Amino acid sequence: MATPITSAGDPYAVALEDIDMSDPSLFERNLAPAYFERLRKECPVHYSRGSDCGPFWSVTKYADIIGVDKNHKVFSADSAHGGHLLGYEMWFKSDPDLKLPMIIAMDPPRHDVQRKAVSPVVAAENLKKMEVGIRASAQEILDSLPEDEPFNWVERVSIELTTRTLAVLFDFPFAEQRKLTRWSDVAMSIPGDGITTSWESRKAEMLEMKSCFERLWRERKTNTGGFDLVSMLATTLDDSAMNPDEYMGNVVLLIVGGNDTTRNSLTGSVLALNRFPDENTKLRANPDLIPNFVSEAIRWQTPVAHMKRTALEDIEIRGQKIRAGDKVVMWYVSGNRDEEMFERPYELIADRARARNHLSFGFGLHRCVGNRLGELQLRIAWEEILKHFAVVEVVGEPVRVYSNITMGYSDLPVRVKRY
Amino acid sequence: MATITYVEFDGTEHTVEARPGDTLMSAAVDNSVPGIDGDCGGNCACATCHVFVEGALAGGAGEEERDMLAIADDVRDNSRLGCQITVTDDMDGLVVRLPMGQH
Repeated sequence: MATPITSAGDPYAVALEDIDMSDPSLFERNLAPAYFERLRKECPVHYSRGSDCGPFWSVTKYADIIGVDKNHKVFSADSAHGGHLLGYEMWFKSDPDLKLPMIIAMDPPRHDVQRKAVSPVVAAENLKKMEVGIRASAQEILDSLPEDEPFNWVERVSIELTTRTLAVLFDFPFAEQRKLTRWSDVAMSIPGDGITTSWESRKAEMLEMKSCFERLWRERKTNTGGFDLVSMLATTLDDSAMNPDEYMGNVVLLIVGGNDTTRNSLTGSVLALNRFPDENTKLRANPDLIPNFVSEAIRWQTPVAHMKRTALEDIEIRGQKIRAGDKVVMWYVSGNRDEEMFERPYELIADRARARNHLSFGFGLHRCVGNRLGELQLRIAWEEILKHFAVVEVVGEPVRVYSNITMGYSDLPVRVKRY
Repeated sequence: MATITYVEFDGTEHTVEARPGDTLMSAAVDNSVPGIDGDCGGNCACATCHVFVEGALAGGAGEEERDMLAIADDVRDNSRLGCQITVTDDMDGLVVRLPMGQH
């Protein structure tokens, strides 16, 4: 069971060396931005003795984050060294059989071979084929929303749209698609966070997912020709290039990667346009801004807060001596607010110049493979939202999730008005 | 100055005047050529300025660039990252082809 820590509300009330950015409550209470601002100013490469996640370095500046992310020879993501997330070892301490290998926690050359097998499913050609279906889903979802009556945007729109897209991507039975959402939430959960209640129940649900996808793999291994992700993984590579455990790990990765991320960027984009009404006016006056706005919303939200690496040799960043074996955390959520890189970084600016330069997809070998699918869904969603509704109004405070990874919401009360 | 022509996957041509010191990525992004994104701003860290080039430039990718090309789609013998090619006056008239999409 994770021990919830309650960090002080004021980042300056804490001694610098006592700051622990792995505390999920900092993100749930939306205090993390102020903490990171202090670190960027006073200690941009910061050492934390850590808590459940062990000791780690925090890298908080945009340029340093790119430097770590592209230096895969020194900074390993491999599960053998501790994987790609702060909670990695904690998650698998009690459940070694759930420690599945996946490309995000794999170094070259194996990484490159398996990534190549996944990549075509979310590359330009296939996305073109998916566009019509995603638009139909978006229209249906928006048509079904009540007017002049508050509802939870997360549940009714964000989860619904991303889950449908994911079900198409996996060719997963339509009636059971919410299982994908549930498994994604469970995979990223810490018992006691409102998603799961114990490590045992978390494990039971993960095993249910495992057996479901093992069955799909067996069916599609012999029934070739499908262009869904399971078929691609089952038929493109032989077992020596991707063994059954790696198949399962990559499936988990893609479910989580396709779920939590776009879901929260879509919710965040609604919240941001309400916080910055001039930008809402600007976007509605000029829908050609939608693609740029989508990139900017992905920066503003930064749905994945961090990725972790393990240093394979001694190395210095900004004078801090990182030793071989040390854990190094790239805080994308901080780099995306770096005042040296982004003007007025806390504001969403629909026509921000070079909005694509954000860190939300990571950089280097492990850059988000589904980034174009995420952008596509957000673009279509906003094209349709602007056509459907004259007003999309946030009518209550968002509820943020307890996590140091997923920058997300469980509730955003919204009211809409049609034209 | 060097005149560079970018040919989109569907054959659409875009001709831009690049200044020495520009890269094939920055000249395209500064002139809003569709099909080149340059998401990492020229850090050789994302492979979203993937282009096809001819002649001597084709074989010039360094180690970092080859690492990133490993995650791009439709990589061929003449694949390069535009951000790693600095424009010089003698590139005047260069034709660069673009893949179907950046990824």
